[in-house]
Amino acid sequence: MDFNEDQIQRYSRHILLQDVGVEGQEKISNGKVLIIGAGGLGAPVALYLAAAGVGTIGIIDGDVVDLSNLQRQVIHFTPDVNKAKVLSAKEKINLINPDVEVITYYDLLTASNAFEIIKDYDFVVDGTDNFPVKFLINDACVMAGKPFSHGGILRFDGQTITVVPGTACYRCVFHAPPPANAVPTCSQAGVLGAIAGMLGTIQAAEVLKYLTGVGNLLTNRLLTFNAKTMDFRTIKVKHNSKCQVCGDHPTITELIDYEQATCELKTNN
Amino acid sequence: MSAILVNDKVQEIEAPISLIDLIKLNNVEQPEMVSIQVNGEFVARENFESTLINADDEVDFLYFMGGGSR
Repeated sequence: MDFNEDQIQRYSRHILLQDVGVEGQEKISNGKVLIIGAGGLGAPVALYLAAAGVGTIGIIDGDVVDLSNLQRQVIHFTPDVNKAKVLSAKEKINLINPDVEVITYYDLLTASNAFEIIKDYDFVVDGTDNFPVKFLINDACVMAGKPFSHGGILRFDGQTITVVPGTACYRCVFHAPPPANAVPTCSQAGVLGAIAGMLGTIQAAEVLKYLTGVGNLLTNRLLTFNAKTMDFRTIKVKHNSKCQVCGDHPTITELIDYEQATCELKTNN
Repeated sequence: MSAILVNDKVQEIEAPISLIDLIKLNNVEQPEMVSIQVNGEFVARENFESTLINADDEVDFLYFMGGGSR
């Protein structure tokens, strides 16, 4: 890929980095990344990947922008309320960086479309808000050999882990989804808006590290933080030989649509 | 009293203590929702009662965290 003058200027702060350089920026510009969920986590991920010049960004989300989203989903603006989140996100990405090709899926990720959607991408970012989909993303990526970043936020806390083929997966750590509504989601328990940015930008950095091959990914380590204390912890986790999807004798060999939490609190209308 | 590490913080306990009692001692909100590592190895839920924690053991409580999109 030959960068023109504008592109060299646009990406100069990456190119200046010894570990990245023109070669690394080329890898970023050739990268294809799928963001699942254009919400609290997907917003900062999409904004930073767009700015970084990731060549193709796929975004899947079946929701429209709600007024209650704007407190943290910084890719959506007030006039976007009631607009499809994928469309709102695509508009901002293209405004930030017209070099980026954006592919939108105004849909939910399910067991029946997951493989078909993720197959075209180099890396998948989980920015979803519920456990059925988090486990679906994990299982689909593990089975398809796709690297991905798990992210979760709640109240004042965040957690993230990067999974590449052979490293501890989300299911190695958390085994199976909790019963529907046993663990509240942000829409039920609340979340400090800036937490989404803190965690999403960590995920975006992991994507850029993966694409450029720079540094050590957050694999076999679960990063957690609490914004009340600003304590960050990295907990070593091991690939679990008894893991149902990536262990020695996997019992899960096809994708599962777990039951979704149903009693979401609606505060609008 | 014996010192153990719970989520990187020193905790004094009467060793040995079962994992299930340690969960109670730490007021874990939803014990059925926590994933636990002892000295870097995951403990299956059905072994929470039979697993004994001794001095110098390192225990990690890992919590489910959803959130992100909506």
